[in-house]
Amino acid sequence: MRNVLGVINLVNERPILKELTHHRCLASLPFGGRYRMIDFTMSNFMNVSISKVAIFAKDKYRSLMDHLGSGKEWDLDHRSQGLFILPSIHPDEKVKGDLQQFYDHLEFFQRATADTVIIAPGHHICKIDFNDVIKKHESNKADITVLYKDYDGGAVKRPIYHQCSLDADGVVRDINFFTAPKKGDHICLETYVIKKQLLIDLIKNCIEYDEYDFLKDIVKANMINLKVQGYQFTGYMPFIHSLETYHASNMEFLNPETLRHFFYDSWEVFTKIKHEAPAEFTNSSKVSNSLIANGCIIEGTVENSIIFRGVKVKKGAVVKNSIIMQKGDIEEGASVENVITDKQVIITKNQKITAINKPVVIKKAIVV
Amino acid sequence: MASKKWIAMLLAGGQGSRLGELTSDLAKPAVPFGGKYRIIDFTLSNCTHSGIDTVGVLTQYRPHILNSYIGNGRPWDLDRNNGGVSMLPPYQGKDGGEWYKGTANAVYQNFHFIDHNDPEYVLVISGDHIYKMDYNKMLEDHMENGAHATIAVIEVPWEEANRFGIMNTNEIDQIIEFDEKPKYPKSNLASMGVYIFNWQHLKKYLTEDEMDSSSSNDFGKDIIPKMLMDEAKLQAYRFTGYWKDVGTIESLWEAHMDLLEESSNFKLGDPNWQIYAGNANHPPQYISNDANVTQSLINEGCLVFGNVDHSVLSYNVQIGSGSSVKNSVIMPNVKIGNNVIIEKAIIGSDTIIEDNAVISNSNLGIILIGENQRVSSESPLLQAL
Repeated sequence: MRNVLGVINLVNERPILKELTHHRCLASLPFGGRYRMIDFTMSNFMNVSISKVAIFAKDKYRSLMDHLGSGKEWDLDHRSQGLFILPSIHPDEKVKGDLQQFYDHLEFFQRATADTVIIAPGHHICKIDFNDVIKKHESNKADITVLYKDYDGGAVKRPIYHQCSLDADGVVRDINFFTAPKKGDHICLETYVIKKQLLIDLIKNCIEYDEYDFLKDIVKANMINLKVQGYQFTGYMPFIHSLETYHASNMEFLNPETLRHFFYDSWEVFTKIKHEAPAEFTNSSKVSNSLIANGCIIEGTVENSIIFRGVKVKKGAVVKNSIIMQKGDIEEGASVENVITDKQVIITKNQKITAINKPVVIKKAIVV
Repeated sequence: MASKKWIAMLLAGGQGSRLGELTSDLAKPAVPFGGKYRIIDFTLSNCTHSGIDTVGVLTQYRPHILNSYIGNGRPWDLDRNNGGVSMLPPYQGKDGGEWYKGTANAVYQNFHFIDHNDPEYVLVISGDHIYKMDYNKMLEDHMENGAHATIAVIEVPWEEANRFGIMNTNEIDQIIEFDEKPKYPKSNLASMGVYIFNWQHLKKYLTEDEMDSSSSNDFGKDIIPKMLMDEAKLQAYRFTGYWKDVGTIESLWEAHMDLLEESSNFKLGDPNWQIYAGNANHPPQYISNDANVTQSLINEGCLVFGNVDHSVLSYNVQIGSGSSVKNSVIMPNVKIGNNVIIEKAIIGSDTIIEDNAVISNSNLGIILIGENQRVSSESPLLQAL
């Protein structure tokens, strides 16, 4: 789709994962043994051949830049198209809203030859066929298409999701901000399709009136005079809003059905290439129901766990129901259960960490 | 263009007919190795780690997969503004053209390419050996000795010396004699097929060799003996690491088994000497509840529901439940059904092994199943085992 511009909007990211997003944005959080969350949105764009992608980064995006590089892995190192990382240009001021940042980089939109824009956040774990979304957007003659998914996650008390109200024709009639979701609620996926020129006009207009929020000041404010159409996403997508849901949705990747859904058809999920050797298993390794990435050396026991690239599980070490991120080192006789270790964590000899109920996070590069 | 200190000429045209069905569609250097690599990755990565920025890859037999695999050379840092990787198949000039007649002729036919880069030294290597070597050390040695040519050698067991090109040297490792596969070897220093030449000196010999209609145009058989006859200064460079010619099914299988030895000094995962490969994109490997994996190398994209012991699984291999794979090498995209037994075998890429097949025999030979086959438990192929 040469005619479509991809925008990944990180300005509205909320600090839901505490320690894990202390030093990195949510989009660059490792996920699924080998990926970072943004890979799924990047790959969604790539799978429909979007050749120009902008990432509106708010803060903590060093690891994101390192991860994305020139965009080569997503086939985005083109001469005129390609990948653009567009950070806040007012580092001293608090970001007023995503529209402020869109406005600051308005030239990006103005220069692009594409006439349609897809805006999506950077942390959704899903396969969305944007070809179908664009097709419906056009056949509905919508001005703005808003993607939503019926809530199918567990009970949450905190008000975290925006909820759409739709009429019988699927037109969005109202948006309620920050609601505690119940089963079946139409949760706004903060993913939109809009014509580029309309977007530019609306951004300029909002800034003139000191309005800075896309969903509130563009979508909700124009619900009467524009056609705002809902698009129900019915595919697989976990709702991630806490450590427990992050842990659980990772664990979902241990289900061969989920793996096949994401990885074993013509749809590909791309990530940064590293030249790690194949995972090495020794005489003493005991691995069951786990994902093991390349560069790992597994000499111990691993059960129901996600092991990222370059992790060492030494002899006599036991890893259960855990997520061990890149370059972790579980030394001889150590054991972890229900734990998320950030990158480069070392669990020293014979240390035992067991979390009950809620997963425990060991922060990046900590030695326990 | 600035002249270069050295460039590499990588011989990758070999058919590798002794690898049987594995090379029916691709050149030997392109044969998958070690779960995620192709054989040529080892020499290309050696070039990267040795700081060589210009590599000519001489191709001839079935070059298509090799061409698309190497591409612009990016995985090996060879996508350079000045130099980089060039694929060099035989070509037509105004006086016609011809196939590469031998290793020396292949380099001779590309002397314009070499002259264009204007190097002082030329490293000639071949793309079908598994080893990790810093050619830079060899070049330093070559320069220090003021040699016309330096040939890398490795000590092989005396009883195997008759299978190699053997270098007889004096006390300061100057080469005094070259014996191709000698019946009664006088030395156990085998040529690794790694040469450094002074380009201007080599060019003279290549040109003369080309005039000689009785020559087989081969470095080992013709150029080196000619240089020795002329009393050129030929130096041996002793290499002490792991080196393996994987030109036969047996040696290819053995080299894989070597990777699985815990005490092996040849590890793929050395962070200081990564082997670069044109990466395919695959999810992490999944090991199921009922699977049992020991002493193995397993690459991304694998789904393992059965037992794997002492084996190498390349990317995207699937092993069904109740199946057992032992002492085997499974190449990319192989699908193995349920209750299959595979022992001491090499299974070629994209092959499907259906449920209940038994690929195992009582004698000591290695079983080879080629690429793109479909094998059921009734296959005559298996009845013959």
